[in-house]
Amino acid sequence: MTDQTELQYTEEHEWVQVDGDTVTIGITDYAAEKLGDVVYVDLPAAGTAITSGNVVGEIESTKSVGELFAPVDGEVVESNQAVIDAPELVNSDPFGEGWLIKVTTSTLPKLLSHAEYRALVGE
Amino acid sequence: MTEPGTTETGTTGTTERRSPLDEVHRAAGASFTDFAGWQMPVRYSSDLAEHHAVRTHAGIFDLSHMGEIVVVGPEAADALDYALAGKLSAIAEGQAKYSLLLGRDGGVIDDLVVYRTGDDRYMVVANASNREVVADELRDRTAPFEAEVFDESDDIALIALQGPDSLEVLQQTPGFGIQGPGNDGEDFAAALDGLKYYRAIAAEYDGEPVLIARTGYTGEDGFELYVAPERAARIWDALRETGGPRVVPCGLASRDTLRLEAGMPLYGHELGREVMPVQAGLGRVVALSKEGDFVGRAAIEQGTPADAPVLVGLALEGRRAARADYEVFDGDAPDGKRVGVVTSGALSPTLGHPIAMAFVTPDAAEKGRTLTVDVRGTRVPASVVPLPFYKRGA
Repeated sequence: MTDQTELQYTEEHEWVQVDGDTVTIGITDYAAEKLGDVVYVDLPAAGTAITSGNVVGEIESTKSVGELFAPVDGEVVESNQAVIDAPELVNSDPFGEGWLIKVTTSTLPKLLSHAEYRALVGE
Repeated sequence: MTEPGTTETGTTGTTERRSPLDEVHRAAGASFTDFAGWQMPVRYSSDLAEHHAVRTHAGIFDLSHMGEIVVVGPEAADALDYALAGKLSAIAEGQAKYSLLLGRDGGVIDDLVVYRTGDDRYMVVANASNREVVADELRDRTAPFEAEVFDESDDIALIALQGPDSLEVLQQTPGFGIQGPGNDGEDFAAALDGLKYYRAIAAEYDGEPVLIARTGYTGEDGFELYVAPERAARIWDALRETGGPRVVPCGLASRDTLRLEAGMPLYGHELGREVMPVQAGLGRVVALSKEGDFVGRAAIEQGTPADAPVLVGLALEGRRAARADYEVFDGDAPDGKRVGVVTSGALSPTLGHPIAMAFVTPDAAEKGRTLTVDVRGTRVPASVVPLPFYKRGA
């Protein structure tokens, strides 16, 4: 189980876990709950160069479509095939099995702490 | 990701109204959405699970935001024949009819279910967002008749029990009876058994009147219970207690995917003031054969232009849903001409592929025709299929 207090967050409701120069990215429980049941995810393939702030994927529920923004500049090294096959993992385990992409990056922008993010979503 | 909004229709009101069942929903952990100025449950836990529950067992919905407008008087039947598109004078006491409130130009101001609750009394059920306009129009239109219009929406809560187990659960729930003296639970169970689709009975719960109708908006068998607001929570709890795991509380998200699979129009999506009934496949709802004038008659008789868009069902490939306002193109070539626009769409939980309703030009509306939908920059193949997408087994 991922320790949520160790993660960093964006105002777009993504979480970022830093491990050396590799970061793992997913969406928060708050975002998953707002979306409802996720039925489709579209993620960038390994090798894709991504730029912070750009839309790099989609998370689609029965009711709406959420866009995945790149929180960092870098290159995708892996997208989570398990989530592509079973999008409901985003709802059932957003901070764990429901991770979306792993990216290598050399620069990490200033992101929100756990406390700052929880304050943002009013929890 | 972007803050995901909810996509239900309805104007965001400045006043936030709450259902008489609000506390029940909060205790059950519901997520809420603003719907036509009301805070209503969008889901309790999973909209997919709620959807499947209605298809396989039963779901219970709070629809207390709907408008109930009563028309009463010796000329109530004639007044509604003039005010609405259908021949309401022809329905018997205890019968319900789907109808339309048309503008003078023939466009749809609202779609309605009208119950004849007495010889001289009708209850008109309107969409929440249109409650005021329907009440106002009915007052104007019925003014020359001996009939009065009362907006009783604030005094009526609405609970829908939908799904194949609905009949059994309602029959088994203690406290219900047929209105009047000398009835018991056996009479009630028998009366429900014999209650046909689009019929209603005057029943009671703990001695208080409840109108029970075999109607719904899900494509399943089911009932709608019009009850006093102060009784709503007790009846809701009683149905859940009796049904146990067979009765799942359902929010507006599942209601939308259920009605979409059943090919039922939603006001603001498939219906609106710029839509003539025939375009939405509702020509049969307009009773041109009835005697006398009715509002919208002249415009309907004039007909719609031959090239007016018509509503079709679309079945898409893949998993990505076509959603409201996405553009529809002819054929599967990249340069196919634009033929229309999606009004509602979702990945069908029952069928497993995306479904949508769309207005397209008549030449593109033939069954089996291949079209494409622009899903956020990607052209996704779609074929025109008959409505409804889903029909329950006998």
